[in-house]
Amino acid sequence: MEEQNCMNGRIEKHPILGDLTPVQEVTIYFEGKPIKARAGEPIMAALLAAGVGVFRYTKKGSPRRMFCGIGRCTDCIMNVDGLPGVRTCVTEVRDGMKIERQSGVGIWRVSDSEGDMHGER
Amino acid sequence: MNDNILLKVDGAPSLEELKAAGMLPSIDELKGRGCVCIECIEEIPCNPCETSCPQNAITVGNPITNLPMIDRTKCSLCGLCIPACPGLAITIKSMDGESARIRFPWEYYPLPGKGEIVDMVDRMGKVVCKGKVLAVSNSSSNNRTAVITAEFPSAFIQEVISIRRNYG
Amino acid sequence: MERDNKPAVVIGAGPAGLCAAIELKKAGAPVILMDENSKPGGQLFKQIHKFFGSREHKAGVRGFDIGKELLEESMTSGIDVRLNTEVVGIGQGLSIWAVENRTHAYTMDAAKIIIAAGATENALSFPGWTLPGVMTAGCAQTLINVHRVLPGRRVLMVGSGNVGVIVAYQLLQAGAEVAAVIEAAPQLGGYGVHTAKVRRAGVPFYISTTVAKAEGVECVEHAVIVKVDSKFKPIEGTERMLDVDTICIAIGLTPSIELAGLAGCKMIYVPELGGNMPLHDEYMQTSIPSIYVAGDIAGVEEASTAMEEGRLAGIHAAWSMGFLSEQEMLAKTDIARQRLLALRQGMFGFKRLSAKERIVLQGKSR
Repeated sequence: MEEQNCMNGRIEKHPILGDLTPVQEVTIYFEGKPIKARAGEPIMAALLAAGVGVFRYTKKGSPRRMFCGIGRCTDCIMNVDGLPGVRTCVTEVRDGMKIERQSGVGIWRVSDSEGDMHGER
Repeated sequence: MNDNILLKVDGAPSLEELKAAGMLPSIDELKGRGCVCIECIEEIPCNPCETSCPQNAITVGNPITNLPMIDRTKCSLCGLCIPACPGLAITIKSMDGESARIRFPWEYYPLPGKGEIVDMVDRMGKVVCKGKVLAVSNSSSNNRTAVITAEFPSAFIQEVISIRRNYG
Repeated sequence: MERDNKPAVVIGAGPAGLCAAIELKKAGAPVILMDENSKPGGQLFKQIHKFFGSREHKAGVRGFDIGKELLEESMTSGIDVRLNTEVVGIGQGLSIWAVENRTHAYTMDAAKIIIAAGATENALSFPGWTLPGVMTAGCAQTLINVHRVLPGRRVLMVGSGNVGVIVAYQLLQAGAEVAAVIEAAPQLGGYGVHTAKVRRAGVPFYISTTVAKAEGVECVEHAVIVKVDSKFKPIEGTERMLDVDTICIAIGLTPSIELAGLAGCKMIYVPELGGNMPLHDEYMQTSIPSIYVAGDIAGVEEASTAMEEGRLAGIHAAWSMGFLSEQEMLAKTDIARQRLLALRQGMFGFKRLSAKERIVLQGKSR
């Protein structure tokens, strides 16, 4: 019998939503490893489709991934392009984006020249 | 509040509950050309079955929480009500001697093919017999609810409600 | 009535907010629609099933198709829609504090404010609930219907209300397996037609059952469910292990009342509709004149009622801004209220109806 989904967890065929329409592909980097992502999708979706099981660890080493998926609970936060605490469920992928797991609240770097914090990019 | 015990405990109605709500056709009604079976036994505001019928054979009326009533003398068995019901609660069944047929809604991928041998299931999803797909209709007017026609042994006509859901 | 130059600001572009903005724009009132997301539509685009109700409630139309229609209407009518815009405060004199793209903050004064911020899913904590694989039903729904990604392969659904049962069905449509739907109460909560669809797909329902724990090293590997007594206490010895990699929590929603609270709106506790929510009158006006609420923030119901409440608020706001005659306002709001009444009928609706009547009674006499 015909398989509905590819091994990577993408829903290619759907009885109501139809076939997955091809969109522009971007490349993001998870812990240095290149991952193909669909332009416009949140980081969370791309990582899940690529089979990433754990998004971060707490200070005590407890694994976390996602909970609400909609930007309210902060379970899915990761270090994105050097900034920790980024909600991956509501942040769109961008070509060349670097995503890393953070431990606890992550490492916060302050810009030397201006001494202020940049917003989420 | 609710006499529908099995429905609220196991998820699907028993034949007794359907009969008590007037939603279980008799064997005589199922013989020959057959009839529409609407398994809608709770009062919720909903009437697309009524508005979808070109023969005005289905009545919900006012308030729209009324259970649908079928006038079998008006029903032409066109089957437009099957994909129209948002609850996917409508089928059309018929029997002729040893063989029975069911037309039922289906919203999964993949669609079975014409001629395919399938497992027929009861309301609990239990396989009760084998069947054969006679037709698959998924025109755009169905709004993505396919209607499948399958043939199966008539001994199971009251039990059978659909085909087995495969997990791909 | 003296017309105000200031715009009406609608916060939240889900079904309630979209309908409110459309009514205001139709009346010719200046309106700005803000939403924190990059796309409007709220939860509507995740609803891939056909809606109930009657033709005027768009019965038989799939949620996301209704969403498309509303979006088109809002675009063709030229509403100023500001996406990626979070409203973080409402100050004295109806001033809105907004942050755009998480970087640019600004304030603006509004003539009227309609808060259509929706509701938040409830969490259920149990040993192992923080493991990757435990998520809300809405999270799973967003993943499968919006992002086209499976949350996992085999799911335990906790909660048998309409959300849990509908998402269980949608998980099957997406190609996942559902090991079971469990319900702590002694009877299932959702519509019989919804549970019947899932049951005939072979998914078992277990009443008087809750999740005892989730186990796994780096993610959920199995769940332990247990029967509960009439006081919802686990019954020792009834534990069962289920092989699942995903546990979805569908135990209800709570109105997202933060902004309404910041603005000083009086609250009322309504357990039938999700908990604390802003008090409102028959036109959806809160205890603060010129601030309205509509949709799930005013009590968790459904998309159809959210749309009508949005219309109600939008029409009344347009009139009080001087853009509709009193006659038009009364006629239009009457239609919306009749439609709401029709949706709040029957064995599932009457509880919501009496709750809403209670709210409006208190809200009218603010």
